[in-house]
Amino acid sequence: MAYIHYRPIQGRSPGFLALLGALAALIMAGLAAARYMEHQGHYVTGMSNQIVWGTPHVFAVFLIVAASGALNVASIASVFGRDMYKPLARLSGLLAITLLLGGLAVLVLDLGRPDRLIVAMTHYNFKSIFAWNIFLYTGFIAVVTAYLWMMFERRMNDYIEPAGFIAFFWRLALTTGTGSIFGFVVAREAYDTALYAPMFILMSFSFGLAVFILALMAAYRGAGRPLGDLIVLRLKNLLGLFVAAVIYFVVVYHLTNLYFTGRHGIERFVLLDGGIYTLLFWLGQMLIGGFLPLALLYHPVSRRSRRAIAGAAACVIVGGLAQLYVIIIGGQAYPLDIFPGKDVTSSFFDGQVAAYVPSLPEVALGVGGMALAIALTVIALKVLPFLPRSLADSDIDADPAEPGKERPAAA
Amino acid sequence: MSLGRRDFLGLGVAAAAGVAMAPGVRLIELVQARSPEEAASALQRWGLRIDTAKCTDCEVCVTACHEENGVTGHGRPATDAQWIRKVDLRDKRTGHAQTLPLMCQHCEHPPCVDVCPTGASFKRADGIVLVDKHTCIGCRYCVIACPYGARSFIHESVTDQKPDVPRGKGTVESCTLCVHRVDRGETPACVEACNRDGGKAMVFGDLNDAAGELHQRLRKEQSSPLRPELALNTGVRYQHL
Repeated sequence: MAYIHYRPIQGRSPGFLALLGALAALIMAGLAAARYMEHQGHYVTGMSNQIVWGTPHVFAVFLIVAASGALNVASIASVFGRDMYKPLARLSGLLAITLLLGGLAVLVLDLGRPDRLIVAMTHYNFKSIFAWNIFLYTGFIAVVTAYLWMMFERRMNDYIEPAGFIAFFWRLALTTGTGSIFGFVVAREAYDTALYAPMFILMSFSFGLAVFILALMAAYRGAGRPLGDLIVLRLKNLLGLFVAAVIYFVVVYHLTNLYFTGRHGIERFVLLDGGIYTLLFWLGQMLIGGFLPLALLYHPVSRRSRRAIAGAAACVIVGGLAQLYVIIIGGQAYPLDIFPGKDVTSSFFDGQVAAYVPSLPEVALGVGGMALAIALTVIALKVLPFLPRSLADSDIDADPAEPGKERPAAA
Repeated sequence: MSLGRRDFLGLGVAAAAGVAMAPGVRLIELVQARSPEEAASALQRWGLRIDTAKCTDCEVCVTACHEENGVTGHGRPATDAQWIRKVDLRDKRTGHAQTLPLMCQHCEHPPCVDVCPTGASFKRADGIVLVDKHTCIGCRYCVIACPYGARSFIHESVTDQKPDVPRGKGTVESCTLCVHRVDRGETPACVEACNRDGGKAMVFGDLNDAAGELHQRLRKEQSSPLRPELALNTGVRYQHL
């Protein structure tokens, strides 16, 4: 196989510095928002006693889910033995760590008592999936760091495969844990389903790959390095498959709920008359996050266009945020069914759809987490050789065992 | 009268024995009452019976609870804490109207305790579900997991706290069944107020005490937990619902 030359990016151009400056500003805004929320108390946000997890959690869960998905490209190379993906494995591992750090930063800074992080690290209730997730998240960073070290250090290269296996199984456990945060909640009709574990895994495949594709394209464009169609079109096919798989899980989830009479209320809320949640479901999650990317990725006119592929990846990210908004916030907004068959009213908003409007500090914190993930990635790319000098088709080992359906005409 | 050496020694030994044993004898007396140092015991399971037929439109239970526990609002209903609330029900088919107080149901298998990452949400041996204010990190997972919407997150600074009821911004809280009163052998503030000024709809007691009023009433009269399908075996049971 061809030897892969990795080089750090130069990172001296005005554009690069401007990018870092913009990211730093967004991170500072996020920190200021967290400080403001912590100092004033959460009443300054859109969150309430009915919607206790808001916009920060949408961003945080998105980043955490995307983090495990971003590792897939490396897994395909070392677990499933596809040589073509090997040059991408380092970037894949890097994004897995940086996205997770961005998500965790948001989650921690939104806590009512972020100063008690040490308590969360020293007191565990092992029946809580949240406590397990603390181990899964920190362990994931350790496992992927070790995995990256095996890739970087030539004398450790022999251990890439076992490290890749461990990282792959760890990431499956991690997303199972993230999905189960909601799946294990017996109190609410939108949750309480084992389906969320595999659904979140597929969501992570899709969101993570979308982020990976955009990061790859942006990095190669920014660094002025060649990026051939062979890789881009292969990733594109994979993204299409994952987007379709997420739609499948969403359809199964809603069909199951529609079959249970007791869950018709929540289905009616999400699918028909839930206002913003219905709009986000159909327009955001299904159209922008599902059917539009599929059309862009597979339509004969657009399927080879870089711009269309990047657009599809961006759509998947927007749709993913919409999907998590519907799951996390919509799931809480729909009232608890404490008294079936009764109309319920109280001063605590029983029986009513809870009101929620995202506030500026929440959005700033969430966006700050995203900026942190991007900034850490960009800095790492400058410091260490994560990216191959060239990903031109001539420098890529296409797998003969897996001929791409979308091979460029010249190849 | 002179005291012989033998008598003196005998008296001395008796006095010493008396001094040594007295605290022990006193301890036996103290065992009858629960001292503040004594741990809650699983021999008890504190609970409530609420008769919705007797519950009237009044809010004395709510007022008494919030006064007792220093729960004050900031005029922001969406974020102000509520430990107990009055809920009005109307049957969708028949239009039959009812009202009842709703608070932490003190489940035997509390979902809030299951999901709490740090173990700050916990259940005492005697069934009272509480939040340890020192280890709550304010993640609010318990608020999401509670099937009764019984928990509140403290959205802003609290002032004028009661010495018995520590509270703090950024943590979660809910009805403690007035644990500080129960530990003194008293009844929760809501029950006391309801029986004094309200419809006398609430009975507090030990579910395990076969001779107690609560046990006797529940044995004779039909009652049910809220959301029985969740099988949480709540400490609060409702009648005529």
